[in-house]
Amino acid sequence: MAALTHMTIAEARAALKAKKISSAELTSAHLKAMEETRGLNAFVTETPERAKADAARADAVLAKGEGGSLEGIPLGIKDLFCTEGILTTAGSHILDGFKPPYESTVSAKLWQAGAVMLGKLNMDEFAMGSSNITSHHGPVKNPWRKKGGNAELVPGGSSGGSAAAVAARAVMGATATDTGGSIRQPAAFTGTVGIKPTYGRCSRWGIVAFASSLDQAGPIARTVLDSAIMLQAMSGYDPKDSTSANLPVPNFEAAVERGVKGLKIGIPKEYRLDGAPKEIIDLWEKGIAWLKDAGATTVEISLPHTKYALPVYYVIAPAEASSNLARYDGVRFGLRVPGKTLDEMYENTRAAGFGAEVKRRVLIGTYVLSAGYYDAYYLRAQRVRSLILRDFTEAYRQVDAILTPATPSAAFAIGEKSDDPVAMYLNDVFTVTANLAGLPGISVPGGLNADGLPLGLQVIGRAFDEETVFAVGRALEKAANFTAMPEGLR
Amino acid sequence: MSNLIKGETGEWEVVIGLEIHAQVVSNAKLFSGAATAFGAEPNTQVSFVDAGFPGMLPVINRFCVEQAIKTGLGIEGKVNETSVFDRKNYFYADLPQGYQISQYQQPIVSGGTVQLDMKDGSTRKIGVTRLHLEQDAGKSLHDQHPSQSYIDLNRSGVALMEIVSEPEMRSAEEAGAYIKKLRSILRYLGTCDGNMEEGSLRCDCNVSVRKPGAAFGTRTETKNVNSVRYVMQAIEYEARRQIEVIEGGGEIKQETRLFDPNKGTTRPMRSKEHAHDYRYFPDPDLLPLELDPKWIADLKNGLPELPDARKARYVADYKLTPYDAGVLVAEQETAQFYETVAKGRDPKLAANWVTTELFGALNRTGKAIQDSPVTARALGGLIDLISDGTISGRIAKEVFEAMVETGKEAAAIVEEKGLRQVSDTGAIEKAIDEVMAKNQDKVAEYRAGKDKLLGFFVGQTMKATGGKANPAMLNDLLKKKLAG
Repeated sequence: MAALTHMTIAEARAALKAKKISSAELTSAHLKAMEETRGLNAFVTETPERAKADAARADAVLAKGEGGSLEGIPLGIKDLFCTEGILTTAGSHILDGFKPPYESTVSAKLWQAGAVMLGKLNMDEFAMGSSNITSHHGPVKNPWRKKGGNAELVPGGSSGGSAAAVAARAVMGATATDTGGSIRQPAAFTGTVGIKPTYGRCSRWGIVAFASSLDQAGPIARTVLDSAIMLQAMSGYDPKDSTSANLPVPNFEAAVERGVKGLKIGIPKEYRLDGAPKEIIDLWEKGIAWLKDAGATTVEISLPHTKYALPVYYVIAPAEASSNLARYDGVRFGLRVPGKTLDEMYENTRAAGFGAEVKRRVLIGTYVLSAGYYDAYYLRAQRVRSLILRDFTEAYRQVDAILTPATPSAAFAIGEKSDDPVAMYLNDVFTVTANLAGLPGISVPGGLNADGLPLGLQVIGRAFDEETVFAVGRALEKAANFTAMPEGLR
Repeated sequence: MSNLIKGETGEWEVVIGLEIHAQVVSNAKLFSGAATAFGAEPNTQVSFVDAGFPGMLPVINRFCVEQAIKTGLGIEGKVNETSVFDRKNYFYADLPQGYQISQYQQPIVSGGTVQLDMKDGSTRKIGVTRLHLEQDAGKSLHDQHPSQSYIDLNRSGVALMEIVSEPEMRSAEEAGAYIKKLRSILRYLGTCDGNMEEGSLRCDCNVSVRKPGAAFGTRTETKNVNSVRYVMQAIEYEARRQIEVIEGGGEIKQETRLFDPNKGTTRPMRSKEHAHDYRYFPDPDLLPLELDPKWIADLKNGLPELPDARKARYVADYKLTPYDAGVLVAEQETAQFYETVAKGRDPKLAANWVTTELFGALNRTGKAIQDSPVTARALGGLIDLISDGTISGRIAKEVFEAMVETGKEAAAIVEEKGLRQVSDTGAIEKAIDEVMAKNQDKVAEYRAGKDKLLGFFVGQTMKATGGKANPAMLNDLLKKKLAG
């Protein structure tokens, strides 16, 4: 039997059910791993006592031969999810000391399914970032290093803590959120699997909002099957979220091994960016070949408005964020820096409480919604957004899923690109379209680059067709046979 | 009747448009399940949604939507099958989210009409531009602490209907009539209790002045005026102020003003340069509001008879004057009271009794018609005694006063006090004879042609019978006897 922390969720679940291991053992192994990997700065809050209590409860349930789909499985929760009575900061100074009196729907569903809570995971402040360097709690480090190199690399973002903890075997899986690529990009940077489901599949209730029309929760795990098991538990209609889809949740687990025989896979020509690194294009070609070998056919398709996706995203997301973040004013919770007047208190609190990237986006968002600019920016961006969606709708007339690279590069060093926000924004170039169109997208590790760093492939599916996304993701996973691990864990 | 105001340079016309904020009658708030009762302890009716906590999301309250649809139908507006909720962004301590959820470009109701009933019995139709749903803010309390403000979020998230009129009113009186009629419609529909003192109905007054026939002048907006009288005062003041400014060579600034109820004046609150840029955009937490046309149709069929229709019915069926009919239908309770009194009786007589004696008594005792000391049935009983000749109209007033004081039935009071009308010829003749015997000189004068003395004899005889003599009979008999 593999070391407890190296088991997949599916393996551990079977072993727990067969009473070969206990949740207490599994949990304490992970608590130990959590301590040993503290250098990664993946956790904002560790909850070992809670974890032990959860494990004991799970063991009692399992002893009766009962239990949910994640009974006894230790997980980490991105610090964007409100957890009742447990510090929730969204990576921001402005939420200092904020212990929500409520539990997010998604995390509540995981506890209902029997999962064990290990702690809250670090992230870019308010989920704004692609490298986890904007967190008030300091950057998360990627457990991976370049072959022969010592430079600390970013884990990607914004769900950098989630991805790093999963890759470092400190948690079996983690919740994450994705507004422009915040699940898929860090998954690609850390050799893990991350799926952003269709907008509306998971409730947003209790998740600190960044950009409401784009935010979507999803899991990061180490296999496609594990991500399906987690998403199964996280999904479902929630009357408390008006944008949650009132649709039955299909059996994702069952879809994983469906195969791709007869599927038509679209290869969007616009994703062949000028100047894209050869290793990225090569991996993409490999992916195409793998799917063909598995019985799918590939078709070149066109998504003509792709080039507008990033600019559109960087109008809409900051616009919504500027409004969503207005509630952090020092009046009712979190940080308050006093001032002589109400306005001064707002200014002092928000100046001290928000980091530079958040301020930049609040400023951009305020600008694009201002009188005289709304039509030129926000309204136009919304129009182009509907054209981007139409591109996909057209494409899905002839294909069942779309294959693209997940990121334009492998993980980069901490500090790199950080003086150039636009270069940083380019990280999301392949992932952001799925958010704008509300479509499900998965990132699956495809292999290592010449530096020995993981690279990911992305599969984008039709709205509410995560099943095909999982099946295609699994075919890639099988063919890639990605077994590499960060050096320290081998 | 001219509405024009005389200034030094001639006559001016006032142009008025009103924005009414009407609190929706609903047990729960517009986007959260929290309660809405007025007067609760501060911050006891607040959900995490209303307090703007992280990760909280709004969910539309179907009942509030139903109330807005009914109101839209009640003012003959067009209910839009698709409408959109927008965020109106601004910072204030009692606005927890940093934005108010409102409807901007696509309101739930477009257009509508409110018919004004003027004092002279004439009517005038005022257009409604739109009705939209929005949430109320909380309340800042600045008088609880020497240096800090307290915030009460009970009102935060309560559903409001903002009803915007066209700038079609031309006098303070019309503005008053507009609010009264709109409030009457809202109360009939049960969609807003119309209580201005509790802030359930608040009014922003847009006022400008112009020379008749000229283009619209620059307007000012006086915010949150909370009684009909204050609205009329604010408009009167604002119109005269603007005329003075213009005639003095000045210019009207487009600005927001505040009404001071103690002085009856308005003063500037913020100018256009300091106006907020609200950065409206569709709320991404809420899908567009899609209404099933069948639901709208069902609500339309279920609407009660509204004041205008009721008034028309009173004029047509009861032959009341438009003015009396308007007065009687203004409040549903009054109309119901009246209809009970009028049933099977002379409707005009019933109307007179309700609008004069009953209203007078209610005013004196400070009671609402629901708590009237004389019930509709009891008032009907009194009118029956007049109609069947048991008492005269004059005696009836005395009986009515006794009813107000004692709460007893009319018949009982008449018996108790022996007020039954004397319709017995012999008794009346006897009284006449006595009066004539005592006043032989006056009889002679009358017979010599001083007709005016008839009144004197009527009065004396009535007095002799304790006021109970049947007046018609008394008149007839007296004339005959005096003629000799």
